[in-house]
Amino acid sequence: MKAVTVSHISKSYAKTPALQDICFEAEPGEIFGLIGPDGAGKTTLFRILTTLILPDKGNANIGSLDIIKDYREIRTRVGYMPGRFSLYQDLTVEENLQFFATVFNTTIEENYDLIKNIYQQIEPFKTRRAKALSGGMKQKLALCCALIHKPDILFLDEPTTGVDPVSRKELWEMLKSLREQGITILVSTPYMDEAGLCDRIAFMTGGRILRIDSPQNMITQYQDPLWAVRGKNMHKLLNDLRSNKNVKTCFAFGDAHHITCYDGSLIEKELEKFLLEKGNEEILIQPITATIEDCFMQLTNHE
Amino acid sequence: MNKDTHIPHDPMHQRTKIQNIVPQKVIEVHDLVKRFGSFTAVDHISFDVKQGEIFGFLGANGAGKTTAMRMLCGLSKPTSGKGLVAGFDIRKESEQVKKNIGYMSQKFSLYNDLKVWENIRLFAGIYGIPEMEIDGRTGDLLRRLHFDKERNTLVKELPLGWKQKLAFSVSIFHEPKVVFLDEPTGGVDPVTRREFWELIYEATSRGITVFVTTHYMDEAEYCDRVSIMVDGRIEALDTPENLKKQFNTQNMDSVFLQLARKAKRTAN
Repeated sequence: MKAVTVSHISKSYAKTPALQDICFEAEPGEIFGLIGPDGAGKTTLFRILTTLILPDKGNANIGSLDIIKDYREIRTRVGYMPGRFSLYQDLTVEENLQFFATVFNTTIEENYDLIKNIYQQIEPFKTRRAKALSGGMKQKLALCCALIHKPDILFLDEPTTGVDPVSRKELWEMLKSLREQGITILVSTPYMDEAGLCDRIAFMTGGRILRIDSPQNMITQYQDPLWAVRGKNMHKLLNDLRSNKNVKTCFAFGDAHHITCYDGSLIEKELEKFLLEKGNEEILIQPITATIEDCFMQLTNHE
Repeated sequence: MNKDTHIPHDPMHQRTKIQNIVPQKVIEVHDLVKRFGSFTAVDHISFDVKQGEIFGFLGANGAGKTTAMRMLCGLSKPTSGKGLVAGFDIRKESEQVKKNIGYMSQKFSLYNDLKVWENIRLFAGIYGIPEMEIDGRTGDLLRRLHFDKERNTLVKELPLGWKQKLAFSVSIFHEPKVVFLDEPTGGVDPVTRREFWELIYEATSRGITVFVTTHYMDEAEYCDRVSIMVDGRIEALDTPENLKKQFNTQNMDSVFLQLARKAKRTAN
């Protein structure tokens, strides 16, 4: 049985469509990523799957349970960490955890094994109020609270937004170890580089799913040959590349610009000559493999 | 004292000459400290930012970035140390500082319930742009952004990426010497994120200095120089290229991780 089955879900707020005909399945024990910018519909989808709001059309199952008929049962089986920090600011670390355990009719001791590795990192601060925690610690606490009733499926809505790269790495380590323990994880993120850490991903934008696949397949299916171009003055280089008739797309990617070409086969020497004539220096052109972000941008560009 | 008689006594002339060679410093910070009780949020930081530069201000959550930035914007008084922003003392002339800078944050930037043109009108008024100029400049701005059709749209109806582009343009509408951008591209889609950086480049080509924080390490590469804060101190400051050499790595992500992992304190 699938961990999550979503078929033809649509939802609008007033006249604005938030989700349009969403379909996907998540396998038990996988990390399934919803990748897309703000406004893609990720939060709305999570809120429907955690039975907090109703879809206008379509249906979905969590395991064999129906999100409408069986909403009470689903609530005991899923853990949900919303995007905004949603713990009780005036309760201490320990009190928050205790509270969530009690609500789900369990105790901290009963499922301590599951949260042990994460909780030990914040245990030295267990008498500190939640509002006095740093961003990284708040997140660890929220994750513990979402896990304390040993859910089958964990929904994490943008757990790494606004979080620095170190805490982001730590969080992904935690998710991997939770997967080892058999928990299915649905996670959303606007950071494309995190897509590679999921087993499968769905690219979302404007309330639609553009494509679902493993990160590796997304990359191998990237349609055009791609080159990285570097030079001394990167901003000038960007404009000059765009003025070249054979250059189809050109985007800055950190220390290089990624380009695709109209005729598919780029004669590197020719482009180099063109760029040198425009006054660029230290030109380096290399064929490269696409990143997840290249894939996302190609799919959205074809919209 | 320089008693060299070969140099004609013409200090004004000399200053102009020096300015031509060395770009003007728009931010000068020396030994800046901010304590909250016994907690030292910002611990003796010193750096300069030159005119027209894109300066990346990085650090882990809780490293002290926001506190430092609030002092530079004249919103918080330093415990000790000295800072000049746009030529004004951040301690004694904080009102002048505020008038001569632009500021944009990810969270609050524009009024959702006002139309696009109303937001521009409001901020133009706040920054004292002469009444006669506002209309013309608003038109220019909207044309440049290809926003002409959205003039009468409520800001809340714009996609996030557009809002952020508009917010940035509004934050430099009064042509400040320096603009502070606090995570301007968080949650923005990849294409718009890059368009946003092109607006930044365009602003610097007009001589505006950009001071920017981000959690996207590819964006650190777009900065002329990058500083990385750890536990209230600036642990590294150089061009992205030199930082990568110094830390013997291919990308800024790894530079950041090597430094931020040294952090001892757990913030707030």
